Amino acid sequence: MIDEPKRACAARWDKVISARNGWFDLRPAEIWKYRDLIALFVWRDFVAIYKQTILGPLWFLLQPLMTTFVFTVIFGKVARIPTDGAPPFLFYLSGLICWKYFADCLVSTSNTFVGNAHVFGKVYFPRLTVPISVVISNLVAFGIQFLLFLAVLVYYRSGHLWAEPQGMVLLPLLVLQMAALGLGCGIVVSSMTIRYRDLSHLVGFGMQLWMFATPVVYPASAFPEKWRWLLLLNPMAPLIEVFRHAFLGTGSFDLHSWLASLVLTVAVLLAGVVLFNRVEKSFMDTV
Amino acid sequence: MSDTVIEVENLWKEYRLGSISHHSLSRDLQSWWARLRRREDPNAPLYAGSTACAGGSGCDRFWALREVAFRVEQGEVLGIVGRNGAGKSTLLKILSQVTAPSRGEVRFKGRIASLLEVGTGFHPELSGRENVFLNGAILGMSKADIRSRLDEIIAFAEIEKFIDTPVKRYSSGMYVRLAFAVAAHLEPEILIVDEVLAVGDAMFQKKCLGKMQAVGRQGRTVLFVSHQMDMVRALCNRCLVLDAGRIAFEGESGAAIEQYLNAVGTRPDSISFQQEEDPSLKLQIVSGRVVNQNGEPTGSFDVFDPICLEFEYRVFQELSDVVVNFELKRNGATLFLSFDTDTVLDRRASRPKGLYRSRIKLPSPLFKSGSYSITTSTGIVNTCTYQRLEDVLAFGVELHSRPSSLLSYADKRPGVIAVPLEWTTEMIKEPV
Repeated sequence: MIDEPKRACAARWDKVISARNGWFDLRPAEIWKYRDLIALFVWRDFVAIYKQTILGPLWFLLQPLMTTFVFTVIFGKVARIPTDGAPPFLFYLSGLICWKYFADCLVSTSNTFVGNAHVFGKVYFPRLTVPISVVISNLVAFGIQFLLFLAVLVYYRSGHLWAEPQGMVLLPLLVLQMAALGLGCGIVVSSMTIRYRDLSHLVGFGMQLWMFATPVVYPASAFPEKWRWLLLLNPMAPLIEVFRHAFLGTGSFDLHSWLASLVLTVAVLLAGVVLFNRVEKSFMDTV
Repeated sequence: MSDTVIEVENLWKEYRLGSISHHSLSRDLQSWWARLRRREDPNAPLYAGSTACAGGSGCDRFWALREVAFRVEQGEVLGIVGRNGAGKSTLLKILSQVTAPSRGEVRFKGRIASLLEVGTGFHPELSGRENVFLNGAILGMSKADIRSRLDEIIAFAEIEKFIDTPVKRYSSGMYVRLAFAVAAHLEPEILIVDEVLAVGDAMFQKKCLGKMQAVGRQGRTVLFVSHQMDMVRALCNRCLVLDAGRIAFEGESGAAIEQYLNAVGTRPDSISFQQEEDPSLKLQIVSGRVVNQNGEPTGSFDVFDPICLEFEYRVFQELSDVVVNFELKRNGATLFLSFDTDTVLDRRASRPKGLYRSRIKLPSPLFKSGSYSITTSTGIVNTCTYQRLEDVLAFGVELHSRPSSLLSYADKRPGVIAVPLEWTTEMIKEPV
């Protein structure tokens, strides 16, 4: 009576919780079911951050403007690092907003488990909704900053925006890749910080070091030819180069290195998702 | 065809005590490198390798659940009771998918929603209305669901006026009411509740209880974990008693509660307790005992024996307005609550630092035969609680000194207490 109908009715259970699920037990349909939650998380992040500030969302604009200004003075005027002939302000701004989007995604998703332990310990919902919502709320910030960039671009071009129309075509792909790369790296780190708390210290200054290994404040062409291949190891490098090429017409458009960075991005993202799924089942016992 | 909605089969959950993993990358790499060269792991614990350790005692592994198996039918309200550390919370965590079991399987039908805590994910900066949406979504509702129930939720929480105020400005009562209201309107097929009813004022608790009962009547399944036996009794038809990770009893609520309380009563450690000193508490009950009139610790009394309680508490910093109290429960229902300031007129007297001992002699005969438990706590009346020790002491009362036929008031008769009363009777009119 207990055992016999069990097999026959296996399909009638809506959910089975068992000790170990496979490495690839990913449930994208479930995340889709929780899309409202993702939307609410995005909205919460957006509203909560600026609720008691005077300038509110203006900070999205002030931050990159001020940093770009400092970069222009220090790297452009003082250090005189070449900008491939592009106006320095535009050059730094373009690199900066791309880098900032990627870095923000990485840093804020890398804290997923530790930062949300109190919620994760009480309620089940697909944990991946949290990093996904973080990436989307950062996208809103990026959108605003990108509009700022376009405004500066129009100013420099004295009204001619469409000098390089290919930029707009490539933009969605570039943004998607930045998001995927940031998300992928972030969830790898977040899954590993559960075991190795040391990593959370590394993320902060690691990102600073990584920025200087990426052509943000200098063009890739400033790299000696002999060492250019090193940039290939850094998936962010071709991304920023392509972005600048598309909008400023400077820099290099090297299809091979961009493809390599795309492959690396997909690999990191997949590894991240698999690792994240693995960890989310048991992390409450170790946090 | 039976309509089983939850089926738990051979469930085990292991926790490792002490340090989990090595917590540093370098040592993990060291272990990994050693394994790769088939050398001995330099970080392995000394007794590793002995398989007897898995599940055995004396090692850093601990089985919070062992071989737990049960089924829940649709529409059932199942209570889960057990002492602290018996595995109740672990079971709930597995059922609500917060953590995975070590072995075994849980199968269920329908949407499951768990209330291990109310107000999970509330953001202090957001308004009540905004938090309803956020919390509802975390608990698994869609935006459309929440919107259609929003008015009902707000009305249930009784905070219509403050719904657009940030919740950080709410009183704790309002906060809890709103949080419970969201959870109560989830309408999942299976609801898991963990003692959240112990919050809010009496009126609201009653309302919550009613709501839970209504949920049960609507054919939905409820799993309810609580220390409050009267609530378990009122809500549940069937109960599981967990003890040390195993199901000690499964059956009708009344019998299960009796069984649980008996188990509490017969434990040798429940006639006295010791607490490790914790100066952060300001005032801490460090030990307590149940003793007879000669001061000897004992856990079983005759109806006519005087029962004495002793508490020792330490005051870590000079305090005023504080009270020490205890609550006496029979079968989980509170008989009375007593404060050490009840008979002292000057309630505001301050207490200098030091160790204190209180002795309380309970009147006798007063208690009918049965099992009793003591919950003690310290704090400032109506303001805060420093410490609350749930059911730390227990004792049993029996009737054996005199024939029960004569003293049925102390045994079989309906009523909660045994009071032999003096009836002064005289004939006031002769028959004509």
